[in-house]
Amino acid sequence: MADSEAILAPQEPELRHHFDDSAQQLEASTLGMWVFLVTEVMFFGGMFGAYIVYRNMYPEAFASTSHFMNVTIGAINTGVLIFSSFTMVLAVRSAQLRQKKALIAFLILTLILGCVFLSLKYVEYHEKWVDHHIPGPGFQYADPRYFHQAQILFYLYFAMTGMHAIHMIVGAGLLITLIVMAARNRFSSGWYTPVEMIGLYWHFVDIVWIFLFPLLYLIGHTQ
Amino acid sequence: MSHQVVPVKVYAAIFGALLALTATTVAVSKLELGEYNFIVAMTIAVIKGTLVVMFFMDVRRASSMTKLFIGAGFFWLAILLVFLLSDYLSRGWLLNIHWL
Amino acid sequence: MNATLPFAQTETPINYLNADYGWKSWLFATDHKRIALLYLFSITAFFFVGGAFAVAMRINLLTPEGIFSHDTYNKLFTMHGIIMVFFFLVPSIPATLGNFLVPMMIGARDLAFPRINLLSWYIYIVGGIFTLTAVFQGGVDTGWTFYAPFSSSYSNTHVILAALGIFVSGFSSILTGLNFIVTIHKMRAPGMTWNRLPLFIWGHYATSLIQVLGTPVIAITMVLLGLERVLHAGIFDPTLGGDPILFQHLFWFYSHPAVYIMILPGMAVISEIVACFSRKAIFGYGFVAYSSIAIAVFSFIVWGHHLFVSGQSMYASMVFSFFSFLVAIPSAIKVFNWTATMYKGSISYETPMLYAFGFMGLFTIGGLTGLFLATMAIDVHVTDTYFVIAHFHYVMVGGMVMAYMGGIHFWFPKISGRLYPEGWAKFAALLVFAGFNLTFFPQFILGYQGMPRRYAHYPPEFQVLNVMSTAGASILALGYLIPMIYLAWAWRYGPKSPQNPWNAKGLEWEQSPTPPPTFNFEHQPVVTEPAYNYSGEEQEVKLG
Repeated sequence: MADSEAILAPQEPELRHHFDDSAQQLEASTLGMWVFLVTEVMFFGGMFGAYIVYRNMYPEAFASTSHFMNVTIGAINTGVLIFSSFTMVLAVRSAQLRQKKALIAFLILTLILGCVFLSLKYVEYHEKWVDHHIPGPGFQYADPRYFHQAQILFYLYFAMTGMHAIHMIVGAGLLITLIVMAARNRFSSGWYTPVEMIGLYWHFVDIVWIFLFPLLYLIGHTQ
Repeated sequence: MSHQVVPVKVYAAIFGALLALTATTVAVSKLELGEYNFIVAMTIAVIKGTLVVMFFMDVRRASSMTKLFIGAGFFWLAILLVFLLSDYLSRGWLLNIHWL
Repeated sequence: MNATLPFAQTETPINYLNADYGWKSWLFATDHKRIALLYLFSITAFFFVGGAFAVAMRINLLTPEGIFSHDTYNKLFTMHGIIMVFFFLVPSIPATLGNFLVPMMIGARDLAFPRINLLSWYIYIVGGIFTLTAVFQGGVDTGWTFYAPFSSSYSNTHVILAALGIFVSGFSSILTGLNFIVTIHKMRAPGMTWNRLPLFIWGHYATSLIQVLGTPVIAITMVLLGLERVLHAGIFDPTLGGDPILFQHLFWFYSHPAVYIMILPGMAVISEIVACFSRKAIFGYGFVAYSSIAIAVFSFIVWGHHLFVSGQSMYASMVFSFFSFLVAIPSAIKVFNWTATMYKGSISYETPMLYAFGFMGLFTIGGLTGLFLATMAIDVHVTDTYFVIAHFHYVMVGGMVMAYMGGIHFWFPKISGRLYPEGWAKFAALLVFAGFNLTFFPQFILGYQGMPRRYAHYPPEFQVLNVMSTAGASILALGYLIPMIYLAWAWRYGPKSPQNPWNAKGLEWEQSPTPPPTFNFEHQPVVTEPAYNYSGEEQEVKLG
């Protein structure tokens, strides 16, 4: 590959006392992050399990509720999140090449896209509030046959997208930390493990949305 | 680590593919395909997820240990879903005991 | 020794206990050994809180009419279960002995993520505070299983607070498991190959896998339960179209493997003790090691045996029943191999070995009665009776707590640098064994005769067996109090321990001073022989 460069080994100042060398430290961090992401898979897995059970139990009701999902916002948000993953991966690349300005720029861009996603999510939640689609005492549903079933779907919708949004907010906080660290030249020595690890987290949250979008917004359009 | 920095155009190509797949899955959901709607939507989601994992998360070049743990994660998710469904899908079955 | 005491005190080498003083050096400790002690003290506190609830229950069951109201009794058994399961049994061995020993046994200076290790202790404490607040606010009455829709719609007690406590403390468990997995993979000393790992490490690795893969599911289940309690949207409520069995599925997807989170570290401790006090290598090392992993995997596909009478599809029940029988195979492999290890060994009867004997016998009874319960037809008869109570107490208390006590005694010299009084310890071990059997064996009979669990009152014909059980519980309580006293005494006044008082194998005994320095070893340890090389001692002399 002509236009690629080798990632240079970092200098040693970030080595913690109980590791032999920075390679061991990096391997430990990477494995630890992946094990954490596996726990996240199982965390969302419980909700996916509940979703599958109820969709299998009440297919017609679920098809009916999907008319009340805002596919336009959902699709735009999918694009926004994919774009933010793209900028995140470019941020990691800039960190590998020790380009401080590009790193900070891409991190800020990722943060902005994350905020755009959350703002659109807020618009969607507000729509649901106006339409009385928030499960609970005030819940209303147009088709009385499916009142209870639809309430369960909206419960799952809010649980799943809400958990996802909480992960986005945590991710935004982590990005701000990274931006501050980058501005303080913490990554100038070629040590960029935090950028890489938080990148993995950010992509994971993106993948969760990639599955939530068709399951919640697209599946019911069958008539 | 002797890894090479990945060229921007590789990332850009993946980004483009992900956007195209998103457009496809929205378009297909408008069609009348019966149960295939679900299959197509899930297939596209799996492809998109795989692209993100392989290229953006760089698992393509990760150690076999990392791959093993990712595989274990999805295997355990499958255990949860399959055994959960083993109850729900067979719950309606009644005993057919003419042959006894 | 007494004459040299003044000199000994001034010449005490720097170790992890005297390296630093003051509460800050403990509350902000990142040394895995100090965090292990933080855990040890907090877990012991929870053990006695949970034990107090058990004592209250046994006193109530002394007479058929009882002394507590039904509501109070419901809260007693619920709080006993929640505290013992989530705040004592799950963290017990991994967070104390595991935290202390995993880095030492593989020759590492610390766990891979020391600050995350400290964080996990704080998370545990925060979760514990939530749960204890629920206790002081009046308790919870759902049973530790939180079955919906009672817990989600009808109970008028502090379910959300208790669920929050379990949600939070779950992350402490996840972080401990994550730390162990990474440490065992990446931090082993030169020469410490997977086939030379002590079985303690294999057991903890398997435990960590379950913690990492199972705990997130209980966390999200508790979130769904709490939200349902607030919203009443009906996700677990059959009157609103929900399915309460879904809650049971998600709950047991974690809580059955959690049983193995509790017992695998116990098995790990027993392997160390049996080898040391038989002066022999473990028979069939590979089988014992891989059976831990097999138990971890199988544990995830048996949860449905808790749902045989719930309305679960009977075809699913058959599958779950089949896999439940399969778990018996790796468990039996372990018991057989410990027995084979003792065969022709030079066995000595120190306290840890007494606990190991107790473990093997009681765990076997607990495990075999588990097979009764995995049989669908028998389970229908004894579901929710004292037979089930007796079964899992034989595994949890007879197995796990025995192993915990054995491990505490075995490594007490390493941890404290002192020797405990052997005579008192043996006496207490015998008390625990006798008290335990007197408490729980009558409960097998009670259950088989049909006495249901979780009732404050019972028909008079069950009184004799219940009185026996309560009498046993008093002996058992004494058996747990005595070690508290003499171990606390020995920590301050016990005779100083030599580096390797048991003449045991393993890096933590052979290559690290007692008590260990902050970074565990004075030199980077190098491993040149398999674990438990008790018979290889002459060979080493020749080579030397």
